[in-house]
Amino acid sequence: MSNSDKTSITSKTATITRATDLPKPTRKTHKGLNISEEQLLELYESMYLQRRFEERAMQMYQKGKFGGFLHLYIGQEAVSTGSAFALNDDDDFITAYRDHGHGLVKGITPKAAMAELFGKKDGCSRGKGGSMHYFDPEKHMWGGHGIVGAHLPLAAGIAFANKYKENDRVTICFFGDGAVDQGSLNESFNLAQLWKLPVIYVVENNGYSMGTAVHRHSAGKLADRAYPYGMKYDVVNGMDLFSVIDKVSEVAKRVRETREPYFLEIVTYRYRGHSMSDPANYRTKEELEEYKKIDPIERLKTYMLEKDIAKEKDLEAINEKVEEVVLEAVDFADNNDFPDEEELYQDVYADDDFPYLT
Amino acid sequence: MAQKQFREVIREAIREEMERDEDVFIMGEEVAEYNGAYKATQGLLDQFGDMRVIDTPISELGFAGLGVGAAMNGLRPIVEFMTFNFALVGVDQIINNAAKIRYMSGGQVKIPIVFRGPNASAGQLGATHSTAFESFYAHFPGLITIHPSEPYDAKGLLKAAIRDDNPVIFLESEQMYGMKQEVPDEEYLLPIGKAKVKREGKDVTVVADGKIYHVAKQAAEQLAKDGVEVELIDPRTIKPFDMKTVIESVKKTNRCVVVDESHPFGGVAAEVGFQIQREAFDYLDAPVQRVTLPDVPAPFSKKLFDIWLPGPKQVIDAVNAVTYRS
Repeated sequence: MSNSDKTSITSKTATITRATDLPKPTRKTHKGLNISEEQLLELYESMYLQRRFEERAMQMYQKGKFGGFLHLYIGQEAVSTGSAFALNDDDDFITAYRDHGHGLVKGITPKAAMAELFGKKDGCSRGKGGSMHYFDPEKHMWGGHGIVGAHLPLAAGIAFANKYKENDRVTICFFGDGAVDQGSLNESFNLAQLWKLPVIYVVENNGYSMGTAVHRHSAGKLADRAYPYGMKYDVVNGMDLFSVIDKVSEVAKRVRETREPYFLEIVTYRYRGHSMSDPANYRTKEELEEYKKIDPIERLKTYMLEKDIAKEKDLEAINEKVEEVVLEAVDFADNNDFPDEEELYQDVYADDDFPYLT
Repeated sequence: MAQKQFREVIREAIREEMERDEDVFIMGEEVAEYNGAYKATQGLLDQFGDMRVIDTPISELGFAGLGVGAAMNGLRPIVEFMTFNFALVGVDQIINNAAKIRYMSGGQVKIPIVFRGPNASAGQLGATHSTAFESFYAHFPGLITIHPSEPYDAKGLLKAAIRDDNPVIFLESEQMYGMKQEVPDEEYLLPIGKAKVKREGKDVTVVADGKIYHVAKQAAEQLAKDGVEVELIDPRTIKPFDMKTVIESVKKTNRCVVVDESHPFGGVAAEVGFQIQREAFDYLDAPVQRVTLPDVPAPFSKKLFDIWLPGPKQVIDAVNAVTYRS
């Protein structure tokens, strides 16, 4: 029997969604979306900050300034940025371990974010969380979570507490396409719909669960996972900031009013490997280049130039400002102290005098 | 004072804390309309309504995690597992999320949650329904583990657990729910992490927690008839463990048997034995002995099950060994 006669477990012919086959972007202009020109520039700055922050983080990692994991979000910035713009400051964010973008858009400062990567004392999690565990509950950033899919029930619980306390906050929970295969997604969807919890579940489908392409890890369409629970769902072009803002705004309004959950598949792409150790040999250069052609930051830049909202030099000035902010953050992180030795035994329990065994 | 069943005081503790604090709610399988698989939550739905007494689907991962998320965001959930054997499918939510998020967030997020329900074996229920988890949960930093043996302790400790800002594992027993004890009518709380000397004696220290405490107690009563005075210590809380009370007792009796209803490897008995040899080595007149489950899953057959679960005889044998009696 030749190799080709053998039964194959997964499809070898299907591909991930190509850049050219993404859902159609919204046709609305910034005016149609009630975005001012000033806000457009802020959105550009926010996306560019996330990208430069991570590019510098990567350099620092390669220089050996810190260890551990580093999962980069580069390419996906429209999702975090558009979602934060569409939601209120006191709406609750929770995400997986590719969390730098979400942390920055929720207001964690670049200094606190970079210091966390370095494991320093003024990091956003006091140096105890690292890259995968950005927290700032005062800004409604409920983490960075390291186990795939394990934070989906937490999001249901955060939304439950909001419903219990009868406030109008909405919870948004981001995860990668790999998490869709976890039982936690199904249990969380069931509970969220059953108990009508105000939560938006967002799968950032970047095509790959680590190195396994989506058609090789997930049966059926990702968005359809919501269907059996009677949960509303939609698919969004995640390379286009306006499309994310448009859809998340609409969904947030609906969730705030109905107090029922919603599932969004936002199709996007990560330019880098899964983590720093991944050369991404499982995909072609052409596939990556196609996505880079529809880069969300370049797209917004082109839009603003074409509409004469900003000139090249205005955007260059923003870029320079961002560069300075990021370099200051690196400098801050580098010079910030490591946590004191006593910190090892702090924050495990609520009690400062917990009798630890030795 | 009135005689009250274990299940009644669990219910009273929950009711009193729910009356006291609106952020406290309870959820779990059959806790509401069915009034609790073991009737520990009887009447709570009628009193507090279905937003605070919530029937869950059979979805331990989902509702354990939902509880943790609700605790992160300001509530004080009580999550009932019909038994802790069923919690295994959701245990990532307890060990990675409930126990570690405070630490990983640098102390910014507190998780005041109680996971409670029956623990360990309850007769011939087969291997998957008979696991004792006190040693397992006590292993993980970030969790408090409470394992009471009597209604008085259970009530005071459960109330303390609900008010505690740490995630708490509160272990009960199907076979203890009907057990009665005098319990005060007025409110009281007990401190977490404090053992109780439940019988004073000069000859040998016996440490026993949870349901198997009663096995040790029977053994102590039998031994007293033979002139051996057992000092019986109920740690009540497994983590933090009140080692001081045990060490002080061993320094007096010079002999110790630890009775522990988990498997031997890395169990409560192993830890207590280690601490005694380090802290009271020069006081020991005999090696510390332990009585645990064998390193074997629970068998179904009654004959095998009765061999598997330690009884008073094994405790008496161990006491005889450390006192060099035959």
